[in-house]
Formats: sequence, C-alpha cells, structure tokens
Amino acid sequence: MENPLHVGFIHWIIVLPLIGAAINFLLGPSIQRRMGKGAIGLIGCGVVLAGFAISVWAFFQMIALDPEHRFMLDDLWTWMNIGGMKLDIAFWLDPLSMVMTLIVTGVGGVIHIYSTGYMHDEDSFWRFFGWLNLFTFSMLVLVLGDNLWLMFVGWEGVGLCSFALIGFWHKVLANTTAGNKAFIVNRVGDWAFVIALYTLFWGLSAVGHPTLVTREVAQWSHLLAGRPGYLGLPLVSFVTLLMFIGATGKSAQIPLYVWLPDAMAGPTPVSALIHAATMVTAGIYMACRLNFLFSMAPDTMLVVATIGSLTAFFAATIGVAQNDIKKVLAYSTVSQLGYMFTAVGVGAYAAGVFHLMTHAFFKACLFLGSGSVIHAMGGEQDMRKMGGLRRHMPITFWTFLAATLAICGFPPFSGFMSKDEILLQAFAHGHPLIWALTYGAAGLTAFYMFRQVYMTFFGEFRGTHEQEHHLHESPPSMSMVLVILGVLSVVGGFLMLPGFVADFKPFEHFLEPVFSSEFTRRVAEVQISHGTELAFSALAMAMAFAGWFVADLMYRREVLSPERFSSLFNGEAYRIVLNKYYIDEIYQAVIVNPYLVFCRVTAWFDANIIDGVVNLTAAIVVLLSWFTGLFDAWIVDGLVNLTSNVTLDFGARVRRLQTGSINGYLYAILAGVMFILLVRAMLRV
Amino acid sequence: MPGGLTLNHFLVLSLIVFALGLFCVLSRRNAIGILMGVELILNSANINYLAFAFYGGGKYDGQVFSIFVIMLAAAEAVVGLAIVLAIYQDLRTIDVDATETLSG
Repeated sequence: MENPLHVGFIHWIIVLPLIGAAINFLLGPSIQRRMGKGAIGLIGCGVVLAGFAISVWAFFQMIALDPEHRFMLDDLWTWMNIGGMKLDIAFWLDPLSMVMTLIVTGVGGVIHIYSTGYMHDEDSFWRFFGWLNLFTFSMLVLVLGDNLWLMFVGWEGVGLCSFALIGFWHKVLANTTAGNKAFIVNRVGDWAFVIALYTLFWGLSAVGHPTLVTREVAQWSHLLAGRPGYLGLPLVSFVTLLMFIGATGKSAQIPLYVWLPDAMAGPTPVSALIHAATMVTAGIYMACRLNFLFSMAPDTMLVVATIGSLTAFFAATIGVAQNDIKKVLAYSTVSQLGYMFTAVGVGAYAAGVFHLMTHAFFKACLFLGSGSVIHAMGGEQDMRKMGGLRRHMPITFWTFLAATLAICGFPPFSGFMSKDEILLQAFAHGHPLIWALTYGAAGLTAFYMFRQVYMTFFGEFRGTHEQEHHLHESPPSMSMVLVILGVLSVVGGFLMLPGFVADFKPFEHFLEPVFSSEFTRRVAEVQISHGTELAFSALAMAMAFAGWFVADLMYRREVLSPERFSSLFNGEAYRIVLNKYYIDEIYQAVIVNPYLVFCRVTAWFDANIIDGVVNLTAAIVVLLSWFTGLFDAWIVDGLVNLTSNVTLDFGARVRRLQTGSINGYLYAILAGVMFILLVRAMLRV
Repeated sequence: MPGGLTLNHFLVLSLIVFALGLFCVLSRRNAIGILMGVELILNSANINYLAFAFYGGGKYDGQVFSIFVIMLAAAEAVVGLAIVLAIYQDLRTIDVDATETLSG
C-alpha cells in the first residue's frame, strides 16, 4: 500500500462515459435526427465498453503485480487544500475497486446494449443514453475515487441519475413521484453519511492525521480505537453507524428500503443496471471499502448483520405475494442486498463482495428477462395475465431459468456458492438467529422465484388475444445480452468454490489485501471444518428444494391451492403481506402526513402572521409617503419650477439678440470697441 | 533711417491696412471674402509688431511675435476654410446672410 504504482489510464475509464454523456446531452437531438438512433446507441455503448476494455487491461496489469502491491493510482490534480486536509482528484485501483469497476463497466456495458433494443421505440433515445452514461460515470467516480469526498460526489451523482431515470417517462405522474421518493429517501441516508464523514475527519484530526484519503484513513484509523464519540458511543461506532444509515438509504435496507420497489417505475434496463446490479450495491461497497473501520466497531457490526438479515427475510415475505413481475424482483433485490449486509456484518467481507458480483449477474439477467417479457407483452407487467411464455420466447425462458436457479442457490449455479458462503459464515461467526433468518429467506426466495417462473412461463396464456398474437422473442440485441448474463449466472460462482469441493478461492485471495487490516483479520478469523460446510450446504439445498417444491405444487401441478394459504387468519395475513405490511401507509401516516400538516401550518403562519406584519408595515410606509409626496409636489417642485420658469422667460427675451447674421455680430463688435475707445478718451480728458 | 521713414509712416500704413481689412470683413457677404479681410487685419498687426520692434530698440520680440501671428493666421485659415466648405456642403452657398441657422 505504501508505494502505489502511478499510472495514467485510470481516469479514462471514468472520462469516457462522461464524454458519452456530454455528447448525448449536448448534441444528442441533432445526432438522432441526422444519423438515427443507431449513432446514439453506438456512442452510448461504445464509451462504456471502451471503459470495460481498459478495465480488463488494467486487471491483467494488476494480477501481474505482486499481491501486496496491487494498488494503482492516477493522481490528476489537487481538488482542495483546506486546514490540513489535502484532497486530490485522484482515482485508484485496488482489488476491491477493480472488481467493482469490472462489474460496473461489464454488466453496465451489456445492459447498455440491451437498452438499444428495449428503448428502440422511445423518442428521446438520446436522453436515455445520456443519463445512462452519466450514471456510469458517477458510479465509477464512487468506486474509483481515492478519497471519501470523491466517493460522496459519485454517491450523490448516482442518486441524481437514479432519480432522473426512474422518472424517465415523466409524463406519468406516478413515475415522477417514484423518482422523488427515491431521491428524498436517499437524502435521509446521505445526511447521515455526510455527518459520518465530518465526524471521522474530526476524529482523525484530533489524533494528528487530518485526512479523508481512503488509504490514509486505513493507515491511521487504528488510532481511533477507544476514543469517545457522541451519544455515549465510541467514535468508531458512531461513525460507522451513521455510515450504515447512509448505506441503508442507498442499498435499500430497513428502514429506508421503501424507495426501491417504487423505483421499478423506471425503464427495465434502468432497474437492472441501477436498482439491481450496481448503484444499490454502493452501500455494500462502502462498508467493504471501510472494512477496517467497521471491524473496529463490534456493535455496529451486530446492527449491520441484524438489519441485513431482517431485511433479507422481511423483503422475501413481501416478494411472495406480489403479482407485478418487476415488484417481485425488486423485493428480491432488497432481500439479496440484505444477504450482502449480513455478510459484512459478520465480518465475511469477501463473501459479501462475492455475492454482490454473482447477484449483479443473475439479478441483471432476471430483470432483463422480465424486460424481455414486458416487451413481448406490450407493456403488461401483471403476472396473472401471463403464462405459457416459454413456448414463445425460449431464449428468455432458459436464461431466466438459469438465473432463477442461481438466485435460489441450486448447485452448481453461482448463487449456491455465494449465498451458502454467507449462511455458513453467519453461523460460524456465532449468530444462529441471523443464520435462521437468512436461511428462512432462502426458502422464501426459492418459492417466490419459482412462483414467478411458473406464473410467467408455464401453464396457459391468460392475457388477451391481441397480446397472444403479439408475443415474440426479443431482438438479438436483447436476447444475446440475456445469454451472456445467463452464462455468467451459471459459471460466475466458480471463482470461489466451497471448501469441501476444492480449495479453490481465487476471488477471496484476490481481495485479501483489501481485507488485511488487523481488526478485519480478527473479526474474519473463524475455523470451519469441511464437514460443517458440507452439512450447511446440504441444509441450504434442502431449503431451496423445499421452496421450489411448494411453488411447483401450487403453480405448476396446481394440486395445492394458494388460496388455502391466503385465506389463513381470515385472509388477514395474506392481505398484510400483499400490502407490504402497510409500511408505505405507515410512513405516509407517521412521517409524510405530519410533515404536510406542519407545512400547512407554517404556510398559514406565513400567509397570515408574517404577511400581515409585512402588509401593516407597508401600509404605514404608504401613508407616510403620501405626506412626503405632498411636500415634494408643492414645496420642492414649486421651487424648482420657479427657477426653471424664470430662466425660460429670460431666455425667451434674450434669444432675439442671437440673430445668426455674422455681419450683425461684427458691427456689434465694432460698435463695442468704438464705445470703449470713446469712453476711455472722454475719461482721460 | 533711409528715405526718412519714421515710425509714424509704418503706423499709418498699418492703420490703412487695418481699415481696409475691417471694411472688407464688414461689407462682404461672401465667407471667403471675410476670411481674406481677417488676413488683412492680422497683417496690419504684424506691421505694427515689426515697426515697434525696429524703432523701439528691442531685440527680436517683434519678429518672433509676427511669425506666431503668421502661423496663427495659417491655422485660422485652415479652420475657417474647413467651416466654409462644411457650410457649402450643407447649404450649397457661402453667403453668410444665408447661414442663420444659429439664430436664436
């Protein structure tokens, strides 16, 4: 870490999407008019794929380096230098940011390609790609920024792009409202994140190292151990807790997850890219990036793991009852993010990042598959009106099925490797309750995913005849992307095999330098025998099969009626789950409505009290002005008019002397001279 | 003094030139004529300068002043003729009685 390799290419990964965004925003309309949508798509995809090419090249450069020195820095210029805090516009690549960059540019790149097909009938094609490029830029700033403020710039940038893309179809009020909701809820988290950064900087200044450069924070954070913070918490716990609140906003955890399901109002590629594969993982990335801080705060770690596992379970239960094809996936995303936080919370950072990556593959594949279905259904998202689609769109079906098997954790699909690792780590680190929650969530995941597969692709078609006639496989630009992501969902897990299969964990070894701080090593340390590992894998597989089996009975063989469950407790339980535990309504009642009432009260106060005072003052001033106006009109103006009248009158009389005749003037001069001479002569006598 | 010329002869000459100039200035309606009259007046002043300088025993004050006056006359002619040209372009005449646009 001490001697970074200075390189000059990292910023190109970031600048290229920015150039793409600039071209699309500034010249997009005319390019689209003159050269067609193909040119826009070429620019939009080209810059991201070029970034991916650079990232791959950087990856090969990195693995050629000694593992201890896998750290490249691209320092551009000094950003600010205030009170001992020197921050640069600098980008760094270490194993963690390398993994993230590959995911962002790689998965992002194929989703860009998919968008050229999915958004083809959209008029403002250029605007979509402009925002998509700008998002990629912001996400890369977040990932590659070498200090926490630069990370925060990206953090805010992705929030902005998310807002704009959720409300992309802005002519529908619900879409813009969903965008607002996402943005406002994220702001709550950002507020905590900013306070965390300030407090961290304050704490580091107090120990003589005022810095927010991530690698320097890593170097000096051990000095913060044992220092008191606020609210009776140690400083590190306070900071990390606030950071975690920021992460709950960005990564949709309890209690700030409510925006993510609504964010499905955006176009499906956006849901896949931003609200599944990349942006929502920013919170996990941040926690892993600052693992040395989180590891120093066992109380925060416990909170993270608890919230993560609760979210995983809770969101999975909501996902069971949803009928909107994208809403199911949205709650599934919330749930899977919960898994990642569980991994972070128990200290298994590498497992969290690994799940982040495999999730990016299979969830992007699922979302894009659902987009392909929606495309074929002409915009219909209700699964109750689908069915039997596997005959009409085989590529979508097979890739969707592969991704489903991956998310459910069937071996040897990628989710099996990553999710089981998290479950195992949770138990091995001594959190049986957290393990139980995530274990239950795994079963629910398998259930709702197969429910979705059966409702969408099996049985008889339940939509209208028009829709049935319209059904078709999506164009190659979409289906090829599905194939790529489907293959990745299958094979992505082989980077980290379970210990009882083979001792093959290149992913974990690659990330090892990032998670090598003393505290992180201490929390991560755990001994797991191969027997235990095998037993837990078997348990998890049994759970996945159970979930699949119940879904199979209910929705394929239809021997078990879903109504038998939905009518339990007079249907109350089903209704609560269907309405997402009324969380949105509770937020509406507890926060939004009181806030609106407060706004109305202050507005009334403003309109009546404040404006009343202002109006009274104004009335008094008007009255006074009237009096001074009188004085002005009669006394002051009178004097002025008198002066001018006198002058005018005098001028009117005197002007006649000015005849304009030169001879006349000369005679006057002569007469004057004569007169003077005459007077002088007379006076002398 | 050769020919018995005295200061008074020069003063009378100067007076005659001045009177002619004044008459010219007063009687002409042609602007250029007026300018010529002014030249005469200026030259009568020059004669006075030189005469006083010669008979007054002074050094070169008179000569220097008369050169200044010649220069001034040249400058005045330039400005005056320019004005006359401008007037002609505007009014198509240089009759000073016609130039009454400055009349009050």
